[in-house]
Amino acid sequence: MAQGQFLTGIAAGRLAADQYAENFSDLHEPFSGHEARVEADRCYFCYDAPCMTACPTAIDIPMFIRQIATDNPVGSAKTIFDQNILGGMCARVCPTETLCEEACVREAAEGKPVQIGRLQRYATDVAIAEGVQFYERAAPTGKRIAVVGAGPAGLACAHRLAMHGHEVTIFDAREKAGGLNEYGIAAYKSTQDFAQAEVDYVTAIGGITIETGKALGRDISIGQLSEDFDAVFLGMGLGGVNALRSEGETAASNAVDYIAELRQARDLSALPIGRRVVVIGGGMTAVDMAVQAKLLGAEEVTICYRRGKEYMNASLYEQDLAAAAGVAIRHWLSPKAVLTADGKVTGIELEYTRLENGVLAGTGESLTLPADQVFKAIGQTFLAAALNGSGAAIEMEGGRIRVDGEGRTSMPGVWAGGDCVADAREDLTVAAVAAGRDAAESINRALMGGANG
Amino acid sequence: MADLRSNFVGIKSPNPFWLASAPPTDKAYNVVRAFKAGWGGVVWKTLGEEGPPVVNVNGPRYGAIWGADRRLLGLNNIELITDRDLFVNLAEIKQVKRDWPDRAVVVSIMVPCDEESWKAILPLVEETGADGIELNFGCPHGMSERGMGSAVGQVPEYVEMVVRWCKQYTRMPVITKLTPNIADIRKPARAAHAGGTDAVSLINTINSITAVNLDTFSPEPSIDGRGTHGGYCGPAVKPIALNMVAEIARDAQTRGMPISGIGGVTTWRDAVEFMALGAGNVQVCTAAMTYGFKIVEEMITGLSNYLDEKGFSSVDEVVGRAVPNVTDWQYLNLNYVTKARINQELCISCGRCHIACEDTSHQAITNMIDGKRMFVVKDEECVGCNLCVNVCPVEDCITMEQIPGGMMDERTGHRVPDHYANWTTHPNNPMAKAKEPAE
Ligand SMILES: Cc1cc2nc3c(=O)[nH]c(=O)nc-3n(C[C@H](O)[C@H](O)[C@H](O)COP(=O)(O)OP(=O)(O)OC[C@H]3O[C@@H](n4cnc5c(N)ncnc54)[C@H](O)[C@@H]3O)c2cc1C
Ligand SMILES: Cc1cc2nc3c(=O)[nH]c(=O)nc-3n(C[C@H](O)[C@H](O)[C@H](O)COP(=O)(O)O)c2cc1C
Ligand code: SF4
Repeated sequence: MAQGQFLTGIAAGRLAADQYAENFSDLHEPFSGHEARVEADRCYFCYDAPCMTACPTAIDIPMFIRQIATDNPVGSAKTIFDQNILGGMCARVCPTETLCEEACVREAAEGKPVQIGRLQRYATDVAIAEGVQFYERAAPTGKRIAVVGAGPAGLACAHRLAMHGHEVTIFDAREKAGGLNEYGIAAYKSTQDFAQAEVDYVTAIGGITIETGKALGRDISIGQLSEDFDAVFLGMGLGGVNALRSEGETAASNAVDYIAELRQARDLSALPIGRRVVVIGGGMTAVDMAVQAKLLGAEEVTICYRRGKEYMNASLYEQDLAAAAGVAIRHWLSPKAVLTADGKVTGIELEYTRLENGVLAGTGESLTLPADQVFKAIGQTFLAAALNGSGAAIEMEGGRIRVDGEGRTSMPGVWAGGDCVADAREDLTVAAVAAGRDAAESINRALMGGANG
Repeated sequence: MADLRSNFVGIKSPNPFWLASAPPTDKAYNVVRAFKAGWGGVVWKTLGEEGPPVVNVNGPRYGAIWGADRRLLGLNNIELITDRDLFVNLAEIKQVKRDWPDRAVVVSIMVPCDEESWKAILPLVEETGADGIELNFGCPHGMSERGMGSAVGQVPEYVEMVVRWCKQYTRMPVITKLTPNIADIRKPARAAHAGGTDAVSLINTINSITAVNLDTFSPEPSIDGRGTHGGYCGPAVKPIALNMVAEIARDAQTRGMPISGIGGVTTWRDAVEFMALGAGNVQVCTAAMTYGFKIVEEMITGLSNYLDEKGFSSVDEVVGRAVPNVTDWQYLNLNYVTKARINQELCISCGRCHIACEDTSHQAITNMIDGKRMFVVKDEECVGCNLCVNVCPVEDCITMEQIPGGMMDERTGHRVPDHYANWTTHPNNPMAKAKEPAE
């Protein structure tokens, strides 16, 4: 046990040096070839497979699994990439327990679905490790497209456009490409700098230029992009965070900012974390934040959620993951005030809640939890300001960009997809990939005068 | 508790599980370990004639096929008969038989196909006190190139001739081991019978190539880049062996001749199946080579529990019980009509039954009902083939239900006749003989 374990307040180096690597290693060990083939053999190769329908990118799952079973991982990877060029990251981060694996007939049969995510990782790892590139660019079309945001939506869009022979320039405000794959996903889901390896793999098709450090609304504008390019795709994700609307809010930290810092940290032992940490929220980000705080050596980590367990956005699997890491999850607690002394957080005051006629209401009873650090993980917002200054405004819907079924915004020549749009898709990596891919097809049809152009 | 003791052509053993002639029985060390583990008997690894022993390849001698978790399903080998000196083997056989008088020790022999060779070796074997001999007419590789093994077993006249010599020159019981590498197994069995054999044992291994290395293009097992066909055995060969045993058991000329069943016996259940089809005992090779000798405990307790549950007091009560039910296709009841039934409670909606029937059979299973994924048999299309049952991953989810006589068969639109009728009297059969069905 390292000296730092019981340091009061916020401190770095709570764990022994080698403990960090162990704590932040792969959540799911990659399969060996033999393990993969054994697991693949569990697949029944269903007719009109329910898993395939459940996958937002509609990967032909039975086929890719059969290709693994027959010792053809490279063919398997192609089956995956045909539908989802970020299949490698999705294999690591998809909440499969609510997607493909939930639909697996073996889940119905025995409560033990085929481990589709891990199989997908196996196949894509083989192809990426071998550097196999499956796609060639079509003959140059001479069309140029601007993509704003190098997250999953932008990358998937760019790749599909490049396949069709278009020239793509991706602009991203951040220093590195990858979006939340690089800055947001929990460290134990994307180990060994996989996000960058994947960006390189995707852009290796050619015809894609990435310009980092270029922010829409600061360095570039929609108007200018529309003039310079034949089409624009917006995949900017969610840049803002929701407000707690409680006292002392400024003393609380944003979970997404902290996670971004963690993901970029070269040396995790230098990253300070509180001894007692409270995370406000009930979704994937709250769980990721809490678990990673625990893995950094925080002694006491509590997630406080203002509704009951059944309302949590985090899946049961993720809640269990948090519990297994030693995180306490408390329900029906809404933050009232972040308590500070001498400019430092000392705790949080919360009020008990309940549903009254379906409306959440405080009970009047309150509770104070001591804490050195309070994190907000109550959802992100789209920063529409970046779109300003472009002359014609792009229509919004519920704070996000309004798009039609093909990803077209209200502005001609501008498409959007991923977290930044208001559509039926969930805010998931795989959903962003699907949106980017489908928008690319729509753009291609529009530019090339296809049937739906 | 049922009596597991076995008496096979006068050779007694505490149970009907023998080790087949193969590496597990190549020397005293192995055989003693087998007896300690509980095996009822052994057929000693095949001995050759006096002189310099045969040589084996010095590279790999096995090829295999596996299930997903590397469960060994089939093994093939290019090993020859024993490569140890004849007299070393004989001395060991003598010692082992003396030390283990209650176990069966049978000696497998393969010498050139001339009277002198057989006449020379038989007294040497008899002198060991062994319980009997098995004539190896089966080895399909190497030895057959030298006119022995399956080269003999494939020519019924030779089989009969050699058996006759053996019966003439030894008082030991003679078991003739047959090769499956032949079109009609009844021919060599009849020949052995005519020669006076006490029993036949089968099957020896099947000519096979298990795999080709797709980098070197050498068959497996590869000896310096080249391969040869080897003998196939293990679970994969069981169905072939069962049929051959049954063919001999029900053949008019060989009916009643004792049979030692060999080929893929891996569990007590396999053993009982062989016995039900007429085998008096069984011999095991691959299962022991895969799991070691201890598996005989499972076989013994499994057989014992089965006999008790069925109320059989001895092994002999099982032997041949299924033989009367093995018949020719022409005698199968064409008025036995079945339809598949899918238990919706058990169904996990994988759709395999649907696609199997839809793509490859009779388009008799739905995949959608009222817009919902649902798999139901259409009686008006179902021919009762049973394919869906076999591809369904859930046990007992799909079953075949008989449409009783007098009830409507929705597919034909006719009521099912309530009497037995077979092809011999069917109106579509141009050769139809009698009004009353034969058999
Ligand atoms: C902490 C956290 C954990 C998550 N974990 C998971 C998970 O485990 N599994 C899962 O499926 N999903 C997870 N998600 C959701 C998932 O990461 C997102 O749904 C997905 O990344 C959305 O992709 P995107 O391309 O739309 O946006 P992003 O990934 O957010 O990418 C947007 C990109 O646009 C850039 N950008 C933004 N504004 C501008 C601008 N003005 N100019 C130029 N560039 C700009 C950003 O720098 C960024 O690179 C998680 C999200 C968070 C916050
Ligand atoms: C490596 C090996 C060597 C064998 N050698 C002999 C042999 O010398 N004599 C013989 O009669 N059968 C030999 N056999 C055949 C076995 O006795 C037996 O007939 C065959 O393997 C089928 O039984 P199983 O499926 O239980 O293995 C050999 C089999 C194997 C695998
Ligand atoms: S028994 Fe054969 S024909 Fe009938 S439903 Fe099953 S597969 Fe189809």
